[in-house]
Amino acid sequence: MLALIRRRTPEPSAIKRDPAPTRWSYKYQRLMLTPAFRASVRIGLPVLLIVFIATAWFTNDANRLMLTTKISAWTEAFQHRPSFMVAGMSVEGADSDLTAAILTDLQLTFPISSFDLDLDAIRASVIAYAAVKDATVGVQTGGVQPGGTLHIGVHQREPVAIWRYQDDLWLIDDEGMTTSLLTARADRADLPLIAGDGAKAAIIEALALFQAASPISGRVRGLVRMSERRWDLVLDRDQRILLPHENPIAALQRVMALHAAQDMLTRDIITVDMRHAARPTIRLSQPAVAILRNTTATQAELGQ
Amino acid sequence: MMRDLYDSQRAMRNMRKAAMQRGVVAILDVGTSKIACLVLRFDGPEKFREQDGVGSMAGQSSFRVIGAATTRSRGVKFGEVDAMQETERAIRTAVQAAQKMAQIRVDHVIACVSGARPRSYGLDGEVNVEGTVVGDGDIGRVLAACDVPDYGAGREVLHAQPVNFTLDHRSGMADPRGQSGMKLSTDLHLLTVDAPAIENLLYCIKRCDLELAGIASSAYVSGISSLVEDEQELGAACIDLGGGSTGISVFIRKHMIYADSVRMGGDHVTSDISMGLQIPMATAERIKTFYGGVVATGMDDREMIEIGGTTGDWERDRRTVSRAELIGIMRPRVEEVLEEVRKRLDAAGFEHLPSQQIVLTGGGSQIPGLDGLASKILGQQVRLGRPLRVQGLPQAATGPAFSAAVGLTLFAAHPQDEWWDFEVPAERYPARSLRRAVKWFKDNW
Repeated sequence: MLALIRRRTPEPSAIKRDPAPTRWSYKYQRLMLTPAFRASVRIGLPVLLIVFIATAWFTNDANRLMLTTKISAWTEAFQHRPSFMVAGMSVEGADSDLTAAILTDLQLTFPISSFDLDLDAIRASVIAYAAVKDATVGVQTGGVQPGGTLHIGVHQREPVAIWRYQDDLWLIDDEGMTTSLLTARADRADLPLIAGDGAKAAIIEALALFQAASPISGRVRGLVRMSERRWDLVLDRDQRILLPHENPIAALQRVMALHAAQDMLTRDIITVDMRHAARPTIRLSQPAVAILRNTTATQAELGQ
Repeated sequence: MMRDLYDSQRAMRNMRKAAMQRGVVAILDVGTSKIACLVLRFDGPEKFREQDGVGSMAGQSSFRVIGAATTRSRGVKFGEVDAMQETERAIRTAVQAAQKMAQIRVDHVIACVSGARPRSYGLDGEVNVEGTVVGDGDIGRVLAACDVPDYGAGREVLHAQPVNFTLDHRSGMADPRGQSGMKLSTDLHLLTVDAPAIENLLYCIKRCDLELAGIASSAYVSGISSLVEDEQELGAACIDLGGGSTGISVFIRKHMIYADSVRMGGDHVTSDISMGLQIPMATAERIKTFYGGVVATGMDDREMIEIGGTTGDWERDRRTVSRAELIGIMRPRVEEVLEEVRKRLDAAGFEHLPSQQIVLTGGGSQIPGLDGLASKILGQQVRLGRPLRVQGLPQAATGPAFSAAVGLTLFAAHPQDEWWDFEVPAERYPARSLRRAVKWFKDNW
């Protein structure tokens, strides 16, 4: 018996179904196959969307305020972590006066975050002291332990001489820089004294001269710069050794040699003039001249 | 008129150059039974087979087929556009599918026409060589010196290929440039087609937002792809049995010297079957492709083919037909096509060629036993031809039905020198007087 309802059997169709695309779908497909357009859709559109959303969010004042406060709170919390805190400070290499001055000047209240410490400014303010030659500033953090230390290493100027200037006594170092005022000469009797205009600038030569005058160091009163050009070595008993402009050390060594050989400086001499190398001159004191003159007269009488 | 042609063809060549620079060009074979679209990618020479020792063969390694699509043709009759909207839609279908496969947008298309009543002319021209050595200008002048026949108002030149150059007494030169001689003459093969047919096709392509970068005769391009090199050299005819028209092209010395088309093809066989057996065209096409043939044997009387019925009357409408009957319907029509081809070849003087190889290609050449029938009508040297293999072509598109499409790819990669590839002769420029003055100075000082 045949079925009453005929089952639809798929007929072998000779013609393959191949519908033509519409003009618009054809154009759309061509557009989507254009590389530049595809790139703009794939990258341009999302970027545009993100920018649009971000702009819309940022135009609201409350949102901006919220963002800035949140960011500052985060930075605050981060910078004030215990591992970044500095608990105290230490000054090394400075004498007690300088240390006290530095401590009072910096005006730091501990504990402080190391982010708030301006190390360059601290170093600059320490170097600004006349007595400080150089300084190193660093924070030694406590590692995992909380609390660090601010280290200030001070390299103080070493006074090597006393400079008399307009009735004041100044300590100066080997660079000619004044370090501090001295109230009395006797406070630093160990240091030699220099004076005169331009004496400070020629400190190195002065030190060399003091070195050369070491055989008579007990008698040396000081060096005086004459005409910002040459030195006079002043001894006690108002004796002066006038040194030349050029090669003063060699001249002083000659004087020392004479002194060693003939005890020249112990004699009654006021001035040894070494300014002319070929003609060293000495000037006797007035009594010595008189005595010498008497001696000469006596010898003449005796001889006659 | 020639000037316009020169300029339009020049513009087309420039378009092709632009397409080559972009590296992608589409091939469009608008036929009567199917429309094929191939997308080619040009990568410069020797891109794909650097590793093996064989270099490029016929240059086809410089491109690769990256997209291929075929669709049932609509609105095309005798290889000409019959219903413009339908054809446009069919072209759109094929192009879209090929683009989708290639994943790239195609803007330039090279098309071929199979119908449009092609007509061949052989022209010759002769000039004296300027100077002692033949230069590009001389070639341009000798091509311009060919006297163009009056081929009619509604016709357009499709190909104008110099097939031979003669310098003084030496003939058969392919490229006389750089050789010394006095008198240069050339033979030019001119192929004209009906202008409206071409214009309709161009309009359809333009409606699909595509730019035409070249146009060729389908008989010519299927000859390029299905004739082997020595056949092209020694003389052969390519018979492209298409759906609505049958293309004929004759080659010798690697140049096409004659092309024609018979306005009959496989669709006529199908319609004969449809009328003879009273079945729809689709069924007729199907039984033609499955059971068709041209030589009946005793066995075929017993092989019954169900031709079915679409009336819905399952009880009574169950007809069968023997294969011998089918062959009896097909054979006269195929014979008629081949006889017509024979006539055209005789008119072209094909029997005077040194070799008379005939190559059958196109979708119609797949009828079993066709080569036997053709050798009775066309001559002994008949073979069935399949198109050359090109890189990347899908297996489905390697059959003889695609010889025109494959030939177009070769044409796109290596177009033959045509008349418009050479510079126009200097006489057309106003610079002529200046040039003459320079020449006068050179001669006198």
